[in-house]
Amino acid sequence: MIIGLTHYLTLAAILFTIGVAGIILNRKNIIIILMSVELILLSVNINLVAFSTNSGDLTGQIFALFVLTVAAAEAAIGLAILVTYYRNRGTIAVEDINALKG
Amino acid sequence: MYDLIVFLPLLGFLVAGLFGPLIGARNSELVTTIPLGICAFLAWVAFFMVGFGHEEHAQVLPVANWFVSGKLAVDWAFRIDTLTVVMLVVVTTVSFLVHVYSIGYMAEDPGRPRFFAYLSLFTFAMLMLVTADNLVQMFFGWEGVGLASYLLIGFWYEKPSANAAAIKAFIVNRIGDFGFALGIFLVFALTGSVTFDAVFGAAPGIAGKTIHVFGADFDAWTITCLLLFMGAMGKSAQFLLHTWLPDAMEGPTPVSALIHAATMVTAGVFMVARLSPLFDLAPVALSVVTIVGATTAFFAATVGLVQNDIKRVIAYSTCSQLGYMFVGLGVGGYSLGIFHLFTHAFFKALLFLGAGSVINAMHHEQDMRNMGGLRKDIPFTYWMMLIGTLALTGVGIPFTSIGFAGFVSKDAIIEAAYVSQRPGAVYAFLCVVVAAGFTSFYSWRLIFMTFFGERRSMADAHGHAHGAIHEDDAHAHDEPLPDDHGHGHDHTPHESPQVMLIPLAVLALGAVVAGFAFRHFFIGGGFEGFWKEALFLAPDNKILEQMETAPWLVSLLPTLMMAGGFVVAYYMYIVEPGAPRALAQQNPILYRFLLNKWYFDEIYDFLFVRPAFWLGRLFWKGGDGFLIDGLGPDGVSARVIDVTRNVVRLQTGYIYHYAFAMLLGGAAFITWFLVGGIR
Amino acid sequence: MYGDAIFFWVFSATLIGSALAVILARNPVHSVLFLILSFVAAAGLFLLMGAEFLAMILVVVYVGAVAVLFLFVVMMLDVDFAELKQGFLQYLPIGALIALFVAFELGYVAVGWTRSSEAAAAASPAGAIANTAALGRVLYTQYFYFFQAAGMILLTAMIGAIVLTLRHRVGVKRQDIATQVARNSANAVEVRKVPSRVGI
Repeated sequence: MIIGLTHYLTLAAILFTIGVAGIILNRKNIIIILMSVELILLSVNINLVAFSTNSGDLTGQIFALFVLTVAAAEAAIGLAILVTYYRNRGTIAVEDINALKG
Repeated sequence: MYDLIVFLPLLGFLVAGLFGPLIGARNSELVTTIPLGICAFLAWVAFFMVGFGHEEHAQVLPVANWFVSGKLAVDWAFRIDTLTVVMLVVVTTVSFLVHVYSIGYMAEDPGRPRFFAYLSLFTFAMLMLVTADNLVQMFFGWEGVGLASYLLIGFWYEKPSANAAAIKAFIVNRIGDFGFALGIFLVFALTGSVTFDAVFGAAPGIAGKTIHVFGADFDAWTITCLLLFMGAMGKSAQFLLHTWLPDAMEGPTPVSALIHAATMVTAGVFMVARLSPLFDLAPVALSVVTIVGATTAFFAATVGLVQNDIKRVIAYSTCSQLGYMFVGLGVGGYSLGIFHLFTHAFFKALLFLGAGSVINAMHHEQDMRNMGGLRKDIPFTYWMMLIGTLALTGVGIPFTSIGFAGFVSKDAIIEAAYVSQRPGAVYAFLCVVVAAGFTSFYSWRLIFMTFFGERRSMADAHGHAHGAIHEDDAHAHDEPLPDDHGHGHDHTPHESPQVMLIPLAVLALGAVVAGFAFRHFFIGGGFEGFWKEALFLAPDNKILEQMETAPWLVSLLPTLMMAGGFVVAYYMYIVEPGAPRALAQQNPILYRFLLNKWYFDEIYDFLFVRPAFWLGRLFWKGGDGFLIDGLGPDGVSARVIDVTRNVVRLQTGYIYHYAFAMLLGGAAFITWFLVGGIR
Repeated sequence: MYGDAIFFWVFSATLIGSALAVILARNPVHSVLFLILSFVAAAGLFLLMGAEFLAMILVVVYVGAVAVLFLFVVMMLDVDFAELKQGFLQYLPIGALIALFVAFELGYVAVGWTRSSEAAAAASPAGAIANTAALGRVLYTQYFYFFQAAGMILLTAMIGAIVLTLRHRVGVKRQDIATQVARNSANAVEVRKVPSRVGI
C-alpha cells in the first residue's frame, strides 16, 4: 500500500492524543508531564515534516527545526524549575502541587 | 385687619419656633402672647362690626393665589361673615387666655419656647380654618390643627404614653379626614368648584339629584354631607371616633383647655354650620347627625360618671357637650349648635384651667381620690370651678333666659330636640335629657370630691404627675392609692399665681353673662339681624320659632334633671360617702363596663389595631424584607457568593485539571470552527 | 515501495507503543528510556519521509541532550516508585471521550484537506541537492532572522537554567578569581617584629 499523507497525519494525531492523555491522567510526578509535552511536540514535528514532504516545500522542515530548538530550551528550563521546586517542597508528586488552590 | 388677626399668630409661631433657644423662654412667651392679645382685641372689634353691622353678604377678601389645576382653581381668601367673626372671637379669646395662663402653668418646664410656638401654630391653623373661603383652605386648616394637636399632646415626648396618645389622636382624626376629603372630592365633582360662594349657589340646583356609586343610587347631597360629617365625627370626637379624646389628656392642661374644649373639637361643629346650605338640603344626613350627636352625649355622660382622673371627667364632659351641639345642628338649628359652642368654650375652658390650677396646687396630682377639702386651701380656684360647674349643669331661672351660660344654650337644644319633627329627634330628646342629669351628677361629684370633705391622700401630696393609670383595675373608686413615694417636704396646697388666676376670672365672667347677653342675637328674635346670610335655613326649617312653643314641662325638665343630679351627688359624696363604693360593689359588671369606656379601646384594638400591625409586619418582613431585599441587594449578594463558591471549585491548583480545561477549550474551539467554518 | 510500508508500520508501532509506555510506566527511569525509544522511532520515520538532517538532529539533540537531561533529573530527584494511579479511572471516561473527540476532529480535517492552489514551494524538491544542503541554503538566507532568534532563545534558556538552579553553599571551598587577582601586598602580607626567644 502507498503510505500517503493521511497515514502520517493519523499517526501524529494519535501521538498527540497520547501526549495529552499523559498530562491529564498523570498523578505521579511532574516529569511525566514534561515528557508528555515532548511527545506532543514530536507529533507536531511529524505533522510538519509530512506536509513538507507532501508539498515539496522546505518551510515545514525549517519550522520543525525551530520547534526542536524551542523544545530543547523549554525542557531545560522546565527541569530547572522542577529541580528548584523539589528543593523547596521536597516532593514532585502532582497531587501535592496545589498551592494555587483558590 | 383680618390679615393681622390670622397672620400674627403665624408670626409668633415662626419667631418662637425658630429662634426660641436664641431669644430665651420669657421672650418666646411674650412674642407669642402679646400678638395674640392684639388679635383677640381686633376679633372683638370685628365681631361687633360684622355682627351688628349691616353688611348682608359675606365679604370675601382675597389674600393670594394658590394653584390652578385643570378646572380646579383654589386661592387663599378670607370669608368674613357672622359665623366667621363668632369663631374668631372664640378662638382668639380662649387662645389668648390660655397663653397667659401657660406662662404660669408651664413656668418650670424647659421646653417653653416650643410650647408657645406650638400654641401659636395651632391658633394660626384654626384661624385659617374658620376664615376659609373654600373647602381646600378649610382642609388645610383642618389638617393644621390636627398637626398642632399631635405636637401638643405629645409635648412631653419622653413619656411613651404621651407619644402613643398623640399618634392615636392623629390616626383617629385621619380616619375622619378620609371621609372629609372624599366629601370635598364629591362636592367638586357635583358643582365643579370648591369655593363656598360657587358651591352654595349651585346647591339648590343639585338638590334631589342622585349619583350612582358602587352599583347603587344615592341622593347626591345626602352622601356628600354624610362624608363631610365623617370628618366632623373624627375631629369632634363623636361616638365611634371618640377614642382619642380621653387619651389626649396626656398633654399639658392648657392644651386640653384650648384644643380639646374650646376650639379644635368644635371645628366639626363649625364645619357643619358653615355648610348649612348643603346640610339643610339633605334631611337624611341631618338625622344621622342628630342621632350620632345624641348617642355621643349619652355615652360620654355615662362614662364620665365613674372616672377618677379630674381631667378625664372634664374630657368626657366635653365629648358629651359636643354631642349636644351636633343634636342642635341636626334638628336644623345651626345657630343653636353655634350658640352652645360659644358658651361652652367659656365654661369648659374655665373648668379645664381651673382643674389645671387644682393640679398645680396638688403638685401634679390628678386623681380625685387623693383630693378633698381643697376649698379651704385654694378658695379662688374653688369659686371659679363652682361658677364653671353652675354654667355647665345649666343653673338658671326656668321660663326665663336668666341664668348661667349653659342654662341658656343647653336648654335651648333640649327644647328644640323635643319640638323637632325630624326622624331621630325623639331618640335625641331622650338621650339629651338623661345626659343632662348625668352631666349634673358628675360635675357636682367632681366638685364634692375635690373641694369638700377630708383630704383623702396620705400626709404628703405626691410630687409627680399621675397620668390616667387607674382605669383598668376593678377597685371601688374610693380607696386611697398605695403610696410608695416618700417625700419629706411640705406640700400643703397653695393657690396658683396671679397670671393663672386672671384668665380664670375672665372666663368666669364669660360663663356667667355670655348666655343671657347674647341669646337674643344668636337664637332669639335678633336672629335675622345678627346672622344675616351666614347660616342657611331651608324654607321648611322653622325650628327656632317652633322652639318657643315647647310645653312648659319640657322647659322645666332640664332644671329638674340638674337638681336631681345635684341631690344625688350631694347624697353620695357629702352625706353618705360610703355609698359610691357600695353601689359599685353591688354592680361590678356595669361599673367596670363604664369605667372601661364601654370597652371601645379593647374592641378597636382587636378589630383594627392588631390587624393593622399584622399587615404592617407582613409587608415589612415579608414584602420588604423577603421580596424586595431578597430580590435586590441581599439576594444579589447571596447569589454572587453562591456563584463564587461554585466557581472557586474550578481552581483546584492541580495542573492536570487546568490542562484538562485547556483541552476542553481547544476541543470547543475546533468544533466551533469545524461546524461554523472559518469566517 | 513495499519496504517503505513495512518500515513505516514497524516504526509507527514502535513509536506509539513506546509513547504509551512513557505515560504508563511505573518507574520514571523506564519512562525516560521509552521516551528515547520513541524519539529514535520518530527519527526513523523522518528518514522515511526524506528529512534526513532532521532525523539526525532528532537523535543528537533530543535523545542525546534533552532525554539525557531528563534522566539526570530523574536520578537526582530521588523519586519513589509510583503507587497505582488512584484517580485514573475516575477521569478516564471523560478524558477518553474528549481525547477521542479531538482525534476525530483532527482526522476529519486531515481527510478533508486539500492543498490550496496558490501555495508556492520554497525550494526545489530534494533530489538534486542533498537535504542538508538544501536546508542550509534556505536557513541562512530566507530564515536568517529566525535562526538568530532561535539562538537567542537558547541563550536565554541557558542563562535561565543556571540562574534558577545555582546556589552557593556555605563552607564550600572554591576559587574566587577576582579576589585572587586583586590581591596586593597590602592585604596579603603582614610584617611582624618578633622578639628573640619568644616567638609569635
